[in-house]
Amino acid sequence: MQIFLDYFEQSLLFRNFVEVLSGLDNTLLLLIISLPIGFVLSLVFALGRVSENKIISKPIAGYIFVIRGTPLLVQIYLIYFGLGSIEFIRESFLWILLKEPFWCGVLALTINTVAYGSEIFRGGIQSVTKGQIESGLSLGFNKITLLRKIIFPIALRKVLPSYGNELILMVKATSLVSLTTYMEMTGIARKIMAKTFAPVEAFIAAGILYLFLNFLMVQFVKYLEWKYNPHLRVEQN
Amino acid sequence: MFKFEKLVFGDLGWGDEFLFATLMTITVSILSMGLGLCLAIVTVWAKLITNKITRLIANFYTTVVRGVPELLVIYLIFFGGNTVVMSIAKLFGYNGYIELNALTIGTIAIAFISATYSSEVLRAAYLAVNKGQIEAAKALGLNKFQIFFKVMGPQILRHALPGIGNVWQITLKDTSLISVTGLVEIMRQTRIASNVEHSPLTFLVTAALLYLFLTTFSGKFFKVLELNYSKGYN
Repeated sequence: MQIFLDYFEQSLLFRNFVEVLSGLDNTLLLLIISLPIGFVLSLVFALGRVSENKIISKPIAGYIFVIRGTPLLVQIYLIYFGLGSIEFIRESFLWILLKEPFWCGVLALTINTVAYGSEIFRGGIQSVTKGQIESGLSLGFNKITLLRKIIFPIALRKVLPSYGNELILMVKATSLVSLTTYMEMTGIARKIMAKTFAPVEAFIAAGILYLFLNFLMVQFVKYLEWKYNPHLRVEQN
Repeated sequence: MFKFEKLVFGDLGWGDEFLFATLMTITVSILSMGLGLCLAIVTVWAKLITNKITRLIANFYTTVVRGVPELLVIYLIFFGGNTVVMSIAKLFGYNGYIELNALTIGTIAIAFISATYSSEVLRAAYLAVNKGQIEAAKALGLNKFQIFFKVMGPQILRHALPGIGNVWQITLKDTSLISVTGLVEIMRQTRIASNVEHSPLTFLVTAALLYLFLTTFSGKFFKVLELNYSKGYN
């Protein structure tokens, strides 16, 4: 047993694993900042998207169209290399944030997830039937109460599975930030590969960690679904 | 900031280079989408037949590839692919050095990713077709090929088309990632051009517009196809 453990500790895969693990906090940092902001902004943008005021809904529709029609890599490069090449931005206070690959990554990921997330939430908000809104109005709810007590609870429950999908896509999307020299898990795996010339071991170590992260994400979404849909619990068993 | 004069065709600008890069992106997308669909059909078949081992392998493949970042899959196939190919060649007694070109590697990598999405779409489409239809076809005395090509195939296609359209958009956007393998498609051309001209904004905006054009145009194409295939139902 001891021999086996020693061998395991010596093996390249294990050593890579430990090294890639040191990039986990950088990956999580990207997610911890961009996901909550993305969630709140998605809700706001979804409300703007369904609003009857064309001045609000049209620009948001355009924004969603552009972001969903272009690859995330282009967006990350545009923010990291593109914005940096504008003189005006280099001289403004924004440059303190935008010269860091980390903040560029956060900005790009947030912009991306808001576009996809608000489309998902729009579907949820539009699926709230007219009768439910009318019953809220007949109880004398004002707009804010109506949103807080009726529209959001119903819409969010409905879109939980698809928003969970988007969360998993975001975990995967953080790997692209490594292309702007930010050292998260993929970046470290790439560095290990350049150092050891053993690509398979390096990328499998990183792959296992990403799989684990996504597994946790799936469990989290499943728990939320279980918690907020008590009327469906019997059916699931 | 934005330099239009850098985008003219000919020796003075990058217009023709970008045209070829766009064609390369379209080529890779179509090739990997096609290869991905073939792989997806095999995966769906493995998932739907009652053999437990094939189902396990197919489920493992789709879970792992969908749970790992696309970039990591591309890195693994790009850097690890040659090793695998050479060890297979060794089995057949060939000891030389083999290097697959970037187009092959990129196509295979994107196909692997796209197949996981297509397989879910095809599986759902297959399950959406009423099983009574197979029985009816059998009762009419159709053989297996006739059942697949005349009864199931067209209906699966109709159910699957909207999903396939989505997978196509994802595949098209994922091809931007194989710029890391050095294949000169839109993204790689953008990096080259902006390094030469020191004007990243110009070329990145061009790349974004090209991708936007491709996704919008192919989206319209799929809408037409969908309408065409669901004629009997509207």
